[in-house]
Amino acid sequence: MPTFYGSAIDSPLLLGTAQYPSPAVLAESFRRSGAGVATVSVRREAGGSRAGEDFWRLIRGLGVRVLPNTAGCHSAKEAITTAAMARELFDTPWVKLEVIGDTDTLQPDPFGLVEAAGELSRQGFQVFPYTTEDLVLADRLVAAGCEVLMPWGSPIGSGLGLANEYALRTLRARFPEIPLVVDAGIGLPSHALRAMELGYDAVLLNTAVARAGDPPAMAEAMARALEAGRLGRAADPMEPRDMAAPSTPVIGQAFLP
Amino acid sequence: MEERPSPARDEPLTILGAGVAGLCAATELVDRGWRVRLLDPAGPPGEHGCSWWAGGMLAPWCEGETAEEPVVRLGEEAADWWERQVDCVTREGSLVVALGRDQRELDRFARRTRAHETVGAEQIGSLEPDLAGRFSRGLFFPEEAHLDPRGALAQLVEGLAARGVTIERRHGEPGPGWTLDCRGLAARDRLEDLRGVKGEMVVLRCPEVRLRRTVRLLHPRIPLYIVPRGGGVYMLGATSIESGERNRATVRSVLELLSAAFALHPSFGEGELLEVGADARPAFPDHLPKVRREGRTLFLNGLYRHGFLLAPSLARQAAEMLASHEEEIATP
Repeated sequence: MPTFYGSAIDSPLLLGTAQYPSPAVLAESFRRSGAGVATVSVRREAGGSRAGEDFWRLIRGLGVRVLPNTAGCHSAKEAITTAAMARELFDTPWVKLEVIGDTDTLQPDPFGLVEAAGELSRQGFQVFPYTTEDLVLADRLVAAGCEVLMPWGSPIGSGLGLANEYALRTLRARFPEIPLVVDAGIGLPSHALRAMELGYDAVLLNTAVARAGDPPAMAEAMARALEAGRLGRAADPMEPRDMAAPSTPVIGQAFLP
Repeated sequence: MEERPSPARDEPLTILGAGVAGLCAATELVDRGWRVRLLDPAGPPGEHGCSWWAGGMLAPWCEGETAEEPVVRLGEEAADWWERQVDCVTREGSLVVALGRDQRELDRFARRTRAHETVGAEQIGSLEPDLAGRFSRGLFFPEEAHLDPRGALAQLVEGLAARGVTIERRHGEPGPGWTLDCRGLAARDRLEDLRGVKGEMVVLRCPEVRLRRTVRLLHPRIPLYIVPRGGGVYMLGATSIESGERNRATVRSVLELLSAAFALHPSFGEGELLEVGADARPAFPDHLPKVRREGRTLFLNGLYRHGFLLAPSLARQAAEMLASHEEEIATP
């Protein structure tokens, strides 16, 4: 099970809290999935006051670790301000750092991300950066103080799955000691399962569950897929081969024409 | 509608709150022969209440995309109820469309709703000539309706006044009879699980675009509905944000609503901005409305996004509960 900044979490599922039909459905989705972390957007709901307090109380009532995020921030400065607000609201040094560079694809701005990650780390935050799958960027984020990396599978809310498996494998190989989380792009349980097969520590998703016809059922499906992927990876799977390899001996049988 | 006379009904019911919930309850109960007092410290409906900022859609099937089954079932009675009480109901159905790359949103919407038919470019053009050629596919919900919310509230006030019920401008205190608490978010002092969900809306005038019915534009992030108010005036709504904040529309939200309207029809770009509004809707954690009883008080609350859609049903449920407790009411 993943450990983030020294805190062990008993589920590889980090679940977002936006877009559910109702808080009751949200709570049931957390219950069915056993998700260990809830991400929550601070900026959009805050309104410069504590007007989002009722919703945040519901989130705290889920009984899981809260990972506030800086969703909707388009510059390092905005993200740093939002992170400070989040720390105060949720009394946690954790922050999922989002600095958006493109409004259509919601692709992270790598430059703003590194800048904000460095500053927030200096301020004592424990930063979970939402990043692209870029290796060099990942390296810079680690140098900036990040002890977790959260590359996207594909754009937020797209449900396209793992668009660049090669790069995700490279990250795993290059950062064996850093907890890696696929964040964004998961649409199906098979996508989540695949991330675990690649050796990722956890998956962060939201839309795939919240916008499913039956969110609690999808939440449970995701949790089971993650468990299957983790078990499969740990069981040391066989190598793929280009030829058939019979699992029963053929010695002594007649050759087929 | 008039039920058998009963001594219990001589004891006036006190209704707290003259928003859509309180006015519908008062109207329904007066129709059923009850004596009613209607109290609201802010007086008749206005900017202070969230019904003022409503869209006025009577669209239970469309709401079924995300809302649970009771919203659809109970909402089905709304259009008939309103049509009996006011003259500003338009029964033209509603039309749902999506921009080119969001066509899959239409598939999902169709899967999760019912009482609709798929329409092509030609039918869209005949339903809404101004949208002709802009969309190749859509969903038409022929049974749906919309109303002018402010006009409807005013007509309920008039209708009650004609039957001797005027809104008393004061806070309520527990009387000897039953109380219907319809104060919306203000009832948080009694209903701990009630919270506000902020909605922002825009009203604009754009006579260049002529739409007869509610049009919904699906989008993965920024869904929009446009409700015609007549005279070239349109209401654009609405955001849904987890905040109890009551009067601050953000630039981001308004930008999103206006961009979506512009995408629906570029002529909205020439429209005149009349109003930008925001308020918080009262919601329970399951987003379903409830009639909750506590002693001799009934709380009608949690209408969330569905004030005009579900207030008639809530009023009926409250009236039925009162009728079933009538003997108890007669002997305090």
